Amino acid sequence: MERIQQVVGRARAAFQSGRSRSLEFRLQQLKALERMVQEKEKEILAALHADLHKGGPNAYSHEILGVLAELALTMEKLPSWAAPQPVKKNLMTMRDEAFINFEPLGVVLIIGAWNYPFVLVMQPLIGAIAAGNAVVVKPSEVSENTAQLVAELLPQYLDRELYPVVTGGVPETTELLTQRFDHILYTGNTAVGKIVMAAAAKHLTPVTLELGGKSPCYIDKDCDLAVACRRITWGKYMNCGQTCIAPDYILCDPSIQSKVVENIKATRQEFYGEDIKSSPDYERIINKRHFKRVLGLLEGQKIAHGGEADEASCFIAPTILTDVSPESKVMEEEIFGPVLPIVTVKSVEEAIEFINRREKPLALYVFSNNKQLIRRVISETSSGGMTANDVVMHSVVPDLPFGGVGHSGMGAYHGKHSFETFSHRRACLVKDLKMEVINKVRYPPVSQKKVDL
Amino acid sequence: NPYAGLVSHLRASWLSRKTWPREYRMAQLEALVHFLDEKKQEILEATAADMGKPPFEVELSELLLCKNELHETLNNLSQWMKDKQVDRPLATRLDSAFIRKEPYGVVLIMAPWNYPIYLILGPLIGAIAAGNCVIIKPSEIAKNTERLVAEALPHYLDKDCFAVVTGGVQETTRLLENKFDYIFYTGSSSVGRIVMTAAAKHLTPVTLELGGKNPCYVSDTCDVVNVARRVVWGRFFNAGQTCIAPDYLLCTLEMQEKLLPALQEAITEFYGPNPQESPDFGRIVGDKQFRRVRALLCSGRVAIGGQTDEAERYIAPTVLVEVQPSDPIMQEEIFGPILPIIIVANMDEAIDFINSHERPLAIYVFSSDDKVVNQVLERTSSGGFCGNDTLMHVTLTSLPFGGIGNSGLGMYHGKFSFDTFSHCRGCLKRGMGRETLNAPRYPPYSQKKFGIVQATSKVARKDDCTLL
Repeated sequence: MERIQQVVGRARAAFQSGRSRSLEFRLQQLKALERMVQEKEKEILAALHADLHKGGPNAYSHEILGVLAELALTMEKLPSWAAPQPVKKNLMTMRDEAFINFEPLGVVLIIGAWNYPFVLVMQPLIGAIAAGNAVVVKPSEVSENTAQLVAELLPQYLDRELYPVVTGGVPETTELLTQRFDHILYTGNTAVGKIVMAAAAKHLTPVTLELGGKSPCYIDKDCDLAVACRRITWGKYMNCGQTCIAPDYILCDPSIQSKVVENIKATRQEFYGEDIKSSPDYERIINKRHFKRVLGLLEGQKIAHGGEADEASCFIAPTILTDVSPESKVMEEEIFGPVLPIVTVKSVEEAIEFINRREKPLALYVFSNNKQLIRRVISETSSGGMTANDVVMHSVVPDLPFGGVGHSGMGAYHGKHSFETFSHRRACLVKDLKMEVINKVRYPPVSQKKVDL
Repeated sequence: NPYAGLVSHLRASWLSRKTWPREYRMAQLEALVHFLDEKKQEILEATAADMGKPPFEVELSELLLCKNELHETLNNLSQWMKDKQVDRPLATRLDSAFIRKEPYGVVLIMAPWNYPIYLILGPLIGAIAAGNCVIIKPSEIAKNTERLVAEALPHYLDKDCFAVVTGGVQETTRLLENKFDYIFYTGSSSVGRIVMTAAAKHLTPVTLELGGKNPCYVSDTCDVVNVARRVVWGRFFNAGQTCIAPDYLLCTLEMQEKLLPALQEAITEFYGPNPQESPDFGRIVGDKQFRRVRALLCSGRVAIGGQTDEAERYIAPTVLVEVQPSDPIMQEEIFGPILPIIIVANMDEAIDFINSHERPLAIYVFSSDDKVVNQVLERTSSGGFCGNDTLMHVTLTSLPFGGIGNSGLGMYHGKFSFDTFSHCRGCLKRGMGRETLNAPRYPPYSQKKFGIVQATSKVARKDDCTLL
């Protein structure tokens, strides 16, 4: 535990030395990260496979591609993002310099999650480095192979004092949270999010919390069901359902429920073949605990398709549940597994009401050919982000802020939003010591003439 | 939970979506303009009763600054509310991607006593503009203004969506047990921690506008007379009860010798030979605060001022010299009309001194040498910064106003207020067609598909990034 205090202390001393601040230094570190990802691609893919049974192409597109893209964007835009921003002046300050300076916050803590274990530490790290901070990285111990790899690789490529990796479980994380940071970005669940924010409150540390929830997916009668279901199948079952923005459950009219099931079934076949267990493209549940948890959600449910499971390999087949009751267990917690409940609703009004009765989700999806309906769903609900007529994709548009609202989180990042999240916007006004005559109007003693001015 | 009924009433109004239309928000903001115009006399009287606030200060810091925020917001609200289209990578080039600004819901604004109107209305304007319902909690310490706000404001705003809650520590604690969708707090760092801890229970995002000791470095190359005026103005405005007031001065012994007569000259020019008789100098807000500030006079030696009058809660504009960093006056934010001077040998020592303390809400530096101003700016960190003046950076609505570290988190003023009280929702609207373009992302993965994915990924520097 003393070690953690030392590590954070060293990062702070390194930050105070000022070396993380120059643009050249930041770009150099980002370039080194890029080299790391390119040179160690095989090792990264192997770790992801060991942790989540994630196939190479999947791992590459889900994790590596995103990281490389973020690095490229950040390195290109950093000089413009970091430049002081002049602002509009008023008559009194017309001759002065008024601008916003983007400055690092200091020492940032990034706590990663296990479901996309590489990108969820790397993407925030990129933003934090770009903003000139020192960063303590705490990968999730649940995805132990990736955590181990990150702990080995970062010191080989980056400044060791400025960007240390701390590994470990709950005791180490708890100890870390007693230290003082200048920003904490946490990705994980709502319950731990509250703990992180309470710990941050002791030091008045700003936080970005990327949490979760049940992301609803409304399918309108008026839509191309085959296309809709293909896209939903892709987003739901990727990473074996362990995606914070996966469509958690479906809302649709009872008249199309069986068609939805048929389409998803057909797509499932198309994607993973007859023997899903032997498909190299289908992942596994991360560990036994979550395996049991997800399987437990199937109790008492009508399984329209799937339901096969194998504890030894933590395999759960892509599963569809129909006529699910809103009060059942599977509708209480975020599923985070390959189980897709369908809850029937008679109208879009009912769907909107259903969604609004629950905690604000991280993502929201609506499928319809009717643009009016889509506009209505967007304007009458709230969520971190949303995609219409597809799933997950809003998270890959780099200029869209990625974050939650209410129980699904606070703050946002990705692209420029990361840079802004990890920067302090310092208001600066620089005046002349001369031109005192302009100031005289504000000084006492006061006459009515001054007031009117 | 005594406030549960009120909060659920506001939440019901929120769910009715009453506060969403632009016309509604504009109407509420216009009503605030009327409040400031029609209740101006009452505001002058209440603030005078609370802390002897000079009418000119009220005009400038309570009325004018609020009006500026209102006008800025009314002028620009349509623009601010618009969905913001964003660039799209190749994979989504044919779609519509935009950021939507949405209200959070039911918001709590907790205001302090020192600028009781401005520090309620400032955040309130942003909260209303962003479409929220608001519970306002004015400070019980400025008793007269609290009463005025509680009685008058509800007549101007929609009672279904905006409410004022009065009370002290106990009431505030109960209030904080409720779930809010945003909490905006202005006050002390210690209470800021309590507010954030309470917010954490509900995962409520917060903005905390706190305080600290704002250093003011005066270099050896400067126009002493102008410096003295600007420092005196900033320090003794509102009898020193300003979160961004220059808290203490750093300068060399030589500069101190030049400054002292200039400071005295400025004080006399502003407040006359006996500031207690000047209508332009305020009073300490309460007995408790008066005693706290008076006790700080024991630090160092009084070079200017030092007189006090408990009956009036008057403390003269005071300058202390021979102050040590370990003295009581250097351990807390002064929030009173006392300016201690700490001697440093040079700019580097001043910067080191500043950096060895918690990051303040504002840093001031006076120098006719641009390099000095830039050095201090670059080598320190603070909420805001003003070179060659005091307080003035807060008058520009185009600059964000907020702290860092112990001096706060988040920011507001102008559009930043609107943004603070808005959730930025990332939205992507796709079409159902062009499904073939999606094909490379679907399993089963073949080497060919992977080749397409890699080929279309284009992560070279100059190109856009793409995914799948």
